[in-house]
Amino acid sequence: MHNRSIRDLARSMARGEYSSTELTRHFLSRMADAGDLNAFITVTGDQALEQAAEADRRIRSGSAGPLTGIPMVHKDIFCTAGVPTTCGSKMLADFVSPYDATVVRRLAEAGMVSMGKTNMDEFAMGSSNESSHFGAVKNPWETSRVPGGSSGGSAAAVAARLSPVATATDTGGSIRQPAALCGITGIKPSYGRVSRYGMVAFASSLDQGGVLATSAEDAALVLEAMAGFDERDSTSLEQQVPDYTATLEESIRDKVIGLPKEFFGDGVEPDVADAIQDAIRELEALGARTVEVELPNSEIGIPCYYVLAPAEASSNLSRFDGVRYGHRAAQFEDLIDMYERSRAEGFGEEVQRRIMIGTYVLSSGYYDAYYIKAQKLRRMIADDFTRAFERCDLIAGPTSPGTAFPIGAKNDDPIAMYLNDIFTNSVNLAGLPGISVNAGFDRDGLPIGLHLIGRYLDETTILNVAHQFQQATDWHNTAPGGYA
Amino acid sequence: MKWETVIGLEVHVQLMTRSKIFSGDSTAYGAAPNTQACDVSIALPGVLPVMNREAARLAVKFGMAIGAEINRTSVFARKNYFYPDLPKGYQISQYETPIVGRGSLEIDPGDGPKTIGITRAHLEEDAGKSLHGSSGDFTGIDLNRAGTPLLEIVSEPDMRSPAEAVAYLRQLHALVRYLGISDGNMQEGSFRCDANVSIRPLGAAELGTRTELKNINSFRFVEKAIRYEIERQIDILEDGGTVVQETRLYDADRDETRSMRSKEEAHDYRYFPDPDLPPMVLEDAFLAEVKESLPELPHDRRHRFIEHYGLAPADAAQLTNERTQADYFEAVAEATNAEPRTACNWILGELNAALNQEGIPVEASRIDSDALAGLLDRIADSSISGKIAKDVFSAMWNGEGDADSIIEARGLRQITDTGAIEAVVDEVLAASPDQVRQFREGNQKVIGFLVGQVMKKTRGKANPKQVNETLRRKLDA
Amino acid sequence: MSSINSEQVTHIARLARLKTDEEKSDYFAGHLTRILDLLEQMNRIDTESVEPMAHPQDVHLRLRGDHVTAESRREDYQAIAPLADNGLYLVPRVIE
Repeated sequence: MHNRSIRDLARSMARGEYSSTELTRHFLSRMADAGDLNAFITVTGDQALEQAAEADRRIRSGSAGPLTGIPMVHKDIFCTAGVPTTCGSKMLADFVSPYDATVVRRLAEAGMVSMGKTNMDEFAMGSSNESSHFGAVKNPWETSRVPGGSSGGSAAAVAARLSPVATATDTGGSIRQPAALCGITGIKPSYGRVSRYGMVAFASSLDQGGVLATSAEDAALVLEAMAGFDERDSTSLEQQVPDYTATLEESIRDKVIGLPKEFFGDGVEPDVADAIQDAIRELEALGARTVEVELPNSEIGIPCYYVLAPAEASSNLSRFDGVRYGHRAAQFEDLIDMYERSRAEGFGEEVQRRIMIGTYVLSSGYYDAYYIKAQKLRRMIADDFTRAFERCDLIAGPTSPGTAFPIGAKNDDPIAMYLNDIFTNSVNLAGLPGISVNAGFDRDGLPIGLHLIGRYLDETTILNVAHQFQQATDWHNTAPGGYA
Repeated sequence: MKWETVIGLEVHVQLMTRSKIFSGDSTAYGAAPNTQACDVSIALPGVLPVMNREAARLAVKFGMAIGAEINRTSVFARKNYFYPDLPKGYQISQYETPIVGRGSLEIDPGDGPKTIGITRAHLEEDAGKSLHGSSGDFTGIDLNRAGTPLLEIVSEPDMRSPAEAVAYLRQLHALVRYLGISDGNMQEGSFRCDANVSIRPLGAAELGTRTELKNINSFRFVEKAIRYEIERQIDILEDGGTVVQETRLYDADRDETRSMRSKEEAHDYRYFPDPDLPPMVLEDAFLAEVKESLPELPHDRRHRFIEHYGLAPADAAQLTNERTQADYFEAVAEATNAEPRTACNWILGELNAALNQEGIPVEASRIDSDALAGLLDRIADSSISGKIAKDVFSAMWNGEGDADSIIEARGLRQITDTGAIEAVVDEVLAASPDQVRQFREGNQKVIGFLVGQVMKKTRGKANPKQVNETLRRKLDA
Repeated sequence: MSSINSEQVTHIARLARLKTDEEKSDYFAGHLTRILDLLEQMNRIDTESVEPMAHPQDVHLRLRGDHVTAESRREDYQAIAPLADNGLYLVPRVIE
């Protein structure tokens, strides 16, 4: 059951081959067996079985939709009513959300069964899932290695076939990079496509919810259900969500793929570079054309991002003050001391580091030199993409310069960690959609991600190309040994 | 040395919207603590602000009323600081591009009109309330007020005396009420004032170091606080000291200002554009709609009252202070045959006295504009005298009916029959030989006594003008 | 090249309400200095005539109607509060 697509599962349930309850039990038991991956912070087995029973009623009565009864898990950044929502932080270790995020509500309404909340880098700040208060997540391909981050728990869970699909969020690569490092499919839609209401904010102008799945088809199905206008989010777009699955089977003949030379430089590990070249040849074989494009400012994306994201984060995380919810220090001298102790105890090192950077770049005397400068560069980076898309329909390259690295390898070096995002964060800066699909393995058997970037609001093209790639190759069907 | 005072005022006006600026919470005053504090107001993780159109509309209305530039694109920014009544750890405000730009307000502090510049007015959200003392060693936080829309109106440092500051505040207060954008209730905090005060040698071009006075929330306190602060600064400078730029709190009980220690820490608000709120761009249709809804402004109406109705400037100013009062006046003036001046005198006199007595606004008056017009008509057509009219007014106020029925029931109709008046006059003249003699010897004043006698005999119902004429005719004969 | 010293870290931590001490400030000063070096790479690019970009989309603020839509959920919300009494959130006494 755990190696089948969502459409297959739905068909089987419709035929009565098995029920959602049986399917849910199957995945819950796999989750329990794979506890050593540390992919979950909260498992909601009882609630899942209730939802599955309700889904079974709908399936029997013939009122099921394409996602009814399909089990899934949420990244623990999405607020779930009555269920702990920790954001991977001690600050929210005991926080039980009184409300559902829009994404959570929509998927529940679509009949999906939520089995729990996945581990993540604290407040989504990280590229390895090591900054979680609840411990590092292990990569199912090689458990001494990281799964990527910040959506490491979601990625590991889907890669190990513990759940057919998972929600995730991406601020600088947090869906696509773990998708690459875990050998699965991860899509970050255009900014404004998915409601941010109920998604704990990291960097509001960059954050976007999306999906981790084993295939582009599954990702398309779930994205369609979670996307769309939400009046509770002022940055949510009043745009019709396209029927993503309707166009998956279209030929990609004559699609023009832009190849930025900046994405194929020295910083990319040779095995990764080779796999991406092979993948591009595969796409050409499917009829796509390639053209060289330029993204001259892409390199500056890293410093630009590490000004803007921490700046917004420093403000977004001010609400965690121990007054209305969240961690409050046991002992303190006065109000300010209470704030300072609660926050220093509640936030981990990386979060505190980013709050400090953000506070610094916004502070008096530095605002223009850092924050405004970064906003100007952001426009230049976005303009580069606009120009590139005059010559192509989508852009391709590696998702990450390397494959999964050993747990602990970059812990003492925040900058080495930040460089993981080099190909992904400029996409967030420009608000564009991006997808990562598995495109093979390196010499150690670790997965390599192919990164496809679309025009603003054009998830359709990258899903179509990703799906056609997956029809022609079998990388996405390869599960890590021991979890097949 | 002669000193000159320089005052600029920052006024926070709560806008009269039903719901909060960024959430669907009610803005009603006086609810139980935290019962009007939804997920957005208490800043739960993951919640987002959604802007209230009405708040923008009211702000633009104000801007148009002070002849200000309206910024068609304005930007919400975050002002970052920690305080328990500020749940997000930042206040959503407008910083570099406020919705209302430069405008002005004309005031009359008593020695002629003066124009005070208004630098800007921007939208922001109110904070919650910290309640001290009721919960032992703790401060209680009530977030019902958090997110109430505020318009912060910043003046130029154009005022030169406490009296001018108060005149400006009163004018502004009247304006926001007149426009219907705020109830202006100072006790409930709907209209709050901070003052920036500095002094400099008379004739100096540069401004002195200013202090910011907080917590001055009545017209009386504004005047007292500024007066105290001016003296304090003069004392410091005349002793060779320097004024420290700081925030000071006005203590009404002691009538003094003191430094606010809790605000001593240098502020660095780290303003930046709020990424949750794209720029607010006002469409032509929106602006046209607001313009359409703009009532005739007090200033224009005052001038029209003077020109069209021939009112005295002071009376016109008083009438147009409150829109409802001005409306009432116009309704009376249009409905009655009496002179507009008479209508004005009755409204500012008898009617206001009666309203004040009961503490009710003019829209709750027990005598509506038509009824008052009916009473004034009877004065105009000489059915009753002004004096009798006051009795009729009281009877009307007490619910005894309209003017005509009261005049009828009490038999108050004036005697205008010449024959009847002549008969009484003859009677009085015959009974007052001394006074008649005195008059004929040149003492004109005794005519008053004689009129009084006639009125007494007619129980006030004789037309005084006719009585006067008849007396003079007979005495001169 | 900028660097951040321990005192500056202490000041930033104070603004951000993060408890720190000498050891912690020293530790963070090293990291922050290296991160600032990374950020300084921005200066390699001339941005003179570029308009800052605050949002990744060119949209205008949507304005909602003035309707009261929220109902009180005080009990739910205060059930997760560290300290609340009589409907109020409680914090150590604030001195003005």
